[in-house]
Amino acid sequence: MTIALETRGLEKSFGGLRVTRDLSLKVEQGARHALIGPNGAGKTTVINLLTGVLKPNAGQILLEGNDITNLAVHKRVLRGLSRTFQINQLYADLTPLETIGLAVSERLGRGGDWWRRMGTRNDVNEEIAETLGRFHLLDVMNEPTATLPYGKQRLLEIAVAIATKPRVLLLDEPAAGVPESERHDILAAVAALPRDVTVLLIEHDMDLVFSFADRISVLVNGAMLVEGPPDEVARDPQVKAVYLGEAADV
Amino acid sequence: MTAVSDVSSHAIARARWRPAEIAFWVLAASCAFLFPSRYLIMTDILRLALFTLSLDLILGYAGIVSLGHAAFFGVGAYSAGLLALHGIINEPVIALVVAGLVAMVLGFLTSFLVIRGVDLTRLMVTLGIALLLEALAERFSNITGGTDGLQGIEMQPILGLFAFDMFGKTGFFYSLIVLFLLFLLARRIVNSPFGLSLRAIKNNPLRASAIGVPVNRRLIAIYTVAAFYAGIAGALFTQTTALASLDVFSFERSADLMLVLVIGGTGYLYGGLIGAVVFKMLQELFQTITPQYWLFWIGLVLVVMVLIGRERIHRWVLWGPNLIIRQVFGRKAGVAVPESDAP
Repeated sequence: MTIALETRGLEKSFGGLRVTRDLSLKVEQGARHALIGPNGAGKTTVINLLTGVLKPNAGQILLEGNDITNLAVHKRVLRGLSRTFQINQLYADLTPLETIGLAVSERLGRGGDWWRRMGTRNDVNEEIAETLGRFHLLDVMNEPTATLPYGKQRLLEIAVAIATKPRVLLLDEPAAGVPESERHDILAAVAALPRDVTVLLIEHDMDLVFSFADRISVLVNGAMLVEGPPDEVARDPQVKAVYLGEAADV
Repeated sequence: MTAVSDVSSHAIARARWRPAEIAFWVLAASCAFLFPSRYLIMTDILRLALFTLSLDLILGYAGIVSLGHAAFFGVGAYSAGLLALHGIINEPVIALVVAGLVAMVLGFLTSFLVIRGVDLTRLMVTLGIALLLEALAERFSNITGGTDGLQGIEMQPILGLFAFDMFGKTGFFYSLIVLFLLFLLARRIVNSPFGLSLRAIKNNPLRASAIGVPVNRRLIAIYTVAAFYAGIAGALFTQTTALASLDVFSFERSADLMLVLVIGGTGYLYGGLIGAVVFKMLQELFQTITPQYWLFWIGLVLVVMVLIGRERIHRWVLWGPNLIIRQVFGRKAGVAVPESDAP
């Protein structure tokens, strides 16, 4: 099995607080891997380290065997590592067409093109149309994103990430805050992600995790507690104590 | 296939010329014939409009604040002055472009300092660079003429055909054409994929980089382009007034520029042009009423404007024209001012 994404002994501290402790994680090519953990386990920090927003104090990050630890954020994206955002960080006054157009233009190397107007390149247009169609956004492509229903916005969030043609996709709580009536669309979109894209799902929602993932890593206090297939993780007494126990308390 | 053509037509529609825009430029050109005795002030407005357009490119589109934009204006002004004074380049159009390029080089070199940090740092860095250049210009008075400025600049005819006249008619048309051409270029830039990526960076730079936008490289590019524009504005100043003195670098010039852009509104290109007209008219008006205290009134207008809200004022002002435009061109043709782009 080839490894798509790997971390080796990743460390991150904020002042005296160690938020990521000796984290070694291997995500196999084409896997549906989930990273779970209680609140404050350091999941967001892991995403920020993987995407390059934060620099680790120690350790390495490898994308398809290549060291990307010191690569800038946008360069990782062009190498094939994309993410979605948990909290809504879409461009409120851009339309879905423009948002997807942005991602497609950059991927095709047309983003610095200052002379041609948007919409005059066929290769770009075709890819925008294809992506919008796949995520059921064609009918709202010209509406400002802020005016879309929340479920559509979450779909757009995934669509932007897919428009960068990632080989590894980090999904940060894709269904967070989506009303029950619109959840189905999100789950379907997540399930329909192309098989050749490796997915690392960071999630709170246990239903989604167990229906989607073929491998689960449990993060507690910034360190890896358990890793294995879903049924094994579900039976693990440590996990029950730390994670499910906490959920039962709520 | 229809989806693709939809995408294309929606994307292109943003860049389409609206009737109100055409009306704006027709009106600007017709001013030449409506007010033949006011060429000097109108030329002044055009230069300021071009200078403000430059600030709008970085502030309105990329979100870079600057309190030292006069640095590039000044460099353009002195470059054009020195080129003409020493007869290095006698043809004004070529000299204009060269002066713009000199400012552009400076813009490129200083952009690396400016893109670091956040708004407050940027204000300080841009302010510092302008002050530095002003001090340098004073120190090397053997080149710049020091506090007296460059004396005895004589401009040759434009393209060897159109001589500058004492009423400023040539200067006005020259400035208008330069402004219009550079406006067209700016319009191209903001409607391109590059322009779209700038808007994304302005809204949320982290998100932009997560989509694959090389944020710093884009900021450097637009800052450099804006420096070129400001340099051209400065060069126009020297060429149409035959003057270049230390005040081209002054802090007041940079600060006024911010006022003008705030008056006109950021992020739709016309803000700088409308702001320049309103600012100069107010200045004229208040200077005739109270020559000493006109700044007081400008300040008052600004405060009132912020309190009422620019959007509301624009709606009041555009109410009349839009009524006519809609009658002639149909319902959807009116001019809308972007709502959420207040600085």
